[in-house]
Amino acid sequence: MSLARNPIAIGFAALAAVIVAAATFAIVPETKQAVILRFENPVTTINQWQPGQVIGRNTGAGLIARIPFIDKIVWVDKRVLDADLDNTLVLSTDQLRLNVDAFARFRIVDPLKAVTSTGSTSATEERVADQLRPLLGTALRNELGKVPFSSLLTPERGDVMEAIQNSLQRNARQYGVQIVDVRIKHADLPEGSPLESALQSMRTARQQEANTIRAQGQKQAQIVRAEADATAAKIYADAFSKDADFYDFYRAMQSYRRTFGADGGPAPEGSTTILMSRDNSYLKEFEGRGK
Amino acid sequence: MITLPRWFRRQSILMNETPGGPWGPGNDDDKSGPRNPWAVPPGGRKGASRPTALDEFLKRARGAGGGGPQLPPGVTARNLWLIGTGVIVALWLVFTSIHQIGPQQRGVVTYFGRYSGILDPGIRLTLPAPIVDVQKVDVEQVRNDDFPRDGGENVLTGDRNIIDLAYTVRWRVENPRDFVFEIKDPEETVRATAESAMRAVVATTTLNEAIGAGRTTIEARVTRAMQQILDDYQAGVRIQGVSIKQASAPASLVDDFNAVTAAQQEAVANLNNARSYSQQVIAHAQGEAAAFDKVYEQYRLAPEVTRRRMYYETMEAVLGRTDKVIVETPGVAPYLPLDRLRKVPDAQAQPAQQQGGQR
Repeated sequence: MSLARNPIAIGFAALAAVIVAAATFAIVPETKQAVILRFENPVTTINQWQPGQVIGRNTGAGLIARIPFIDKIVWVDKRVLDADLDNTLVLSTDQLRLNVDAFARFRIVDPLKAVTSTGSTSATEERVADQLRPLLGTALRNELGKVPFSSLLTPERGDVMEAIQNSLQRNARQYGVQIVDVRIKHADLPEGSPLESALQSMRTARQQEANTIRAQGQKQAQIVRAEADATAAKIYADAFSKDADFYDFYRAMQSYRRTFGADGGPAPEGSTTILMSRDNSYLKEFEGRGK
Repeated sequence: MITLPRWFRRQSILMNETPGGPWGPGNDDDKSGPRNPWAVPPGGRKGASRPTALDEFLKRARGAGGGGPQLPPGVTARNLWLIGTGVIVALWLVFTSIHQIGPQQRGVVTYFGRYSGILDPGIRLTLPAPIVDVQKVDVEQVRNDDFPRDGGENVLTGDRNIIDLAYTVRWRVENPRDFVFEIKDPEETVRATAESAMRAVVATTTLNEAIGAGRTTIEARVTRAMQQILDDYQAGVRIQGVSIKQASAPASLVDDFNAVTAAQQEAVANLNNARSYSQQVIAHAQGEAAAFDKVYEQYRLAPEVTRRRMYYETMEAVLGRTDKVIVETPGVAPYLPLDRLRKVPDAQAQPAQQQGGQR
């Protein structure tokens, strides 16, 4: 009975082959960098990030072979990673407090350095991010502390971001990290009195605006009325100045009618009794022409 | 599998033996107690010791004749092993080398971990795993990200006001290769970028712009800013658009903002009133002037006659409606009981008038 005919022996041989193959060959994905440790001594890095790399063309991803049971692979993420920083209290130069949420996007460009500087053989990315977080906090406080509050709300913000990024980059180099970007996610007034006073100032601003609008409206209305009065006066003057004497008479007649309620309008409030002397010019014809 | 029935039985016995168990008093040994309905009768569960179908099969596979019927001739244990292996290999090939890519998807193909290309929608064949790995990515599908996830969020504007902001970002994967390989958590990156870009843009606008006419501009600027940032990351993401769902004053300031609106309406109402007054006054003036002009035209033709006519007409109209007393002798007015004259009823005053007129 040969070995080939014994299924159990074949099974064991196959198993052994699989184990050796698994220990020898490793697939390096595009998303990972590999640091090879030979008896804990770093020998080489595979698929290390290089500027200008095109994925699928000149990366080091693919099948690699190593010395089984001697070489150990430490995986380090190759992608852009994220270190988030929540609720950092920052004091601007004008002593305004701000609650800042920021993030740094970074890439481990020197996996060997990342592995040695954090002393880790697993989850290196997380350890690097943990190391970066306080550095980011320091950079934020330092740089934001140099500018007044208002400049955080202006395009200057971009410059501040750049300063933070540069400052963080200097500190992050020791971890083999390249800072891709630093950004402020939130910059909020802290709960409590700062937020309240901001709301209060908004409130008073609204009230002021309302009052201004109302006053402006009244002003406009007044002007419109006055203009109308002026136009009317001009119309009257133009018409009546043709014959001031006749106007006087005409207007007097109108006035009498109106005063005594004879123009068809509403009756005047008091009843009227007219006491006339017989010399009144209206009554002169009573005497007859002959007189 | 084969031990399952036995395990069951053992479990039941164990439960039965537990003193103080939920099914009856602890002194189970006391035969006089009520019988546990769940307890296995002596001798174990019915049929538990019978060989299962799998037992049979394995027995046959081992080549032992057993008590059952013999296998057909030609089917040896070796062949059975081969068939089994063949089936497994076939399944492995089917499951790892045939890929169904949906119409909205693309398949990102890696060949021993190295990126080698994109699979278009349809049924696609590749080499089996672990040589080739295919990762499906939704490309055409537009994803909606709402900010914030619940309610509104307070954002500072450039003039140090606070607005309540809620918006949606629509994006899709443009480059599946970059999307898969460049960024560790692309969805989270898009979210973080959106928040940062939105706040940066709002921080450069005023309150009134943000809650009023400036929305479209803000949306466009945020879209541009996000796209630029994500392009810098090589995220392989296309921002389709940003839409502001809500941009309003904080809830506690709604009354004050309403007061501004009310003031605006009041101002408009005021102005409207003034305009209508203006129309009236001017129209009246024009009417008066036109009337005067007409009369004056006639007056110029015959001044004296017109004047007298107007005088008499007016006197007529006026005196026709008033009480009249004509005094012959000058100087008596002070002695007249004027207050009583007033009270004379109209009916009695009428004849008195006529008398006076005939005199």
